[in-house]
Amino acid sequence: MLLIKCPWCGERDETEFSYGGEAAIKRPLKPKDLNDKDWADYLFMRKNTRGLFLEQWNHSVGCRQWFLVERNTVTYEIISTKRMNSDALNSEDSQ
Amino acid sequence: MAYSAIKVIKEALTGHRGWKPLWRRPEPKSEYDIIVIGGGGHGLATAYYLASEYKNKKIAVLEKGWLGGGNIGRNTTIFRSNYLLHENEMFYEMSLKLWEQFEQDLNYNAMISQRGVINLFHSDAQRDAYVRRGNSMLINGADAILLNEAKLREKCPFLNYDNARFPIQGGLWQPRGGTIRHDAVAWGYARAADRLGVDIIENCEVTGFDIQNAKCNAVRTSRGTIKAKKFGVAVAGSSSAVMENAGLRLPIESHVLQAFVSEGLKPIIPGVITFGAGHFYISQSDKGGLVFGGDIDGYNSYAQRGNMAVVEDVCEGGMALMPMIGKARLLRMWGGVMDMSMDGSPIIDRTPIKGIYFNGGWCYGGFKATPASGKCFAHLLATDEHHPNASAYLLNRFEKGYMIDEKGMGAQPNLH
Repeated sequence: MLLIKCPWCGERDETEFSYGGEAAIKRPLKPKDLNDKDWADYLFMRKNTRGLFLEQWNHSVGCRQWFLVERNTVTYEIISTKRMNSDALNSEDSQ
Repeated sequence: MAYSAIKVIKEALTGHRGWKPLWRRPEPKSEYDIIVIGGGGHGLATAYYLASEYKNKKIAVLEKGWLGGGNIGRNTTIFRSNYLLHENEMFYEMSLKLWEQFEQDLNYNAMISQRGVINLFHSDAQRDAYVRRGNSMLINGADAILLNEAKLREKCPFLNYDNARFPIQGGLWQPRGGTIRHDAVAWGYARAADRLGVDIIENCEVTGFDIQNAKCNAVRTSRGTIKAKKFGVAVAGSSSAVMENAGLRLPIESHVLQAFVSEGLKPIIPGVITFGAGHFYISQSDKGGLVFGGDIDGYNSYAQRGNMAVVEDVCEGGMALMPMIGKARLLRMWGGVMDMSMDGSPIIDRTPIKGIYFNGGWCYGGFKATPASGKCFAHLLATDEHHPNASAYLLNRFEKGYMIDEKGMGAQPNLH
């Protein structure tokens, strides 16, 4: 059982949360300018990282907020959780 | 060494000292014609068909761990071809026909048992959907029989028919579906491929591809660099991690799926039974253990173990379907890593890099696909053309809009 620290509510069991997959996928600003390949790339292609992975979780039976979790997909160690805002996402982007 | 009744009797009389290892342990050569990456069911089947049907020489299978230590050793041994969509049904029916010949083709006992697969339905709407599915199966040359509640009660009197929320109204039965010993599938293909000259190289992890001008010339491995003309990647579960070495992203997420087995019991479950209202399926092994499973854990994972929340969920599904299961004790549980593709269907295709071919995205239906996957992937590797029965499993279907979403629920990596 994962113990996930919601940035608002503190540590809770994983059963209170739902999963939102890979974080920091940016919706294209001008979708009309994209070709089919780039659009499919945005919609379907994933990093699916083995190791440290930044992902989205929702505290669905708690405060219902979305937030970011940095988790190791092999060991399940949760490195950090943080509120979802543009700073958090942009810092991931620059890495 | 071919197996026969005479051989078994001879060995029994001479203390079983004449049995030999099923495959060699060769050192990797510096160059091959075709390298198959991944020594699981799909990779070994691919190598076998490359050597047997397409008469390719100089083939190697590279396996990062020991042979058959991935999902071929972690599944629930079920095969069936009860799909709705033509693109899937023609492929899985091909696979089922290959299973039926498996033991004779490979001269290997895999304890195949066509004990039937029953999908239960719990409402009029679900029955209608299953009638449609059954008709689709019949059109594609498979077998399907609709069982009403009375007929189902004869076969499976122990089910909870009067469940207040999900009463059981009947089931769609595929008598030719069943189970086959999973390890024997890996060992049978390995032995047969080895006898045709395929080098099976264990403990040889691929760590990179040598790519020049979008063409792959060699793989870097934990046992040195090995050249080849073509590389077939069949590493479902680790597909994204391996293909990242070639600079490719895939429409796949890796998730862990758990499976469970109870203590050994006398025969009670006549075939494979799947719950139509929750996610639970069960069969009984020849040793008597109840083998069952349910949903994936639901978040990206490369850990070959699961968490307790899903254990509880699966056991609740079992209790809802057949309350008698509560008397059995759970003996073992384990997890395997699934390639969950974005439309729930697999990929057997070329990649943008010349020389690298990809086989993956099997979600949690890969085991039953093993022979057809191997044959179709071998066809692609040998001829550079798609096998007609796998002609829809293309990587570019996501940009072309030709998704094969068996359940019609849209793109998310939790379908099957």
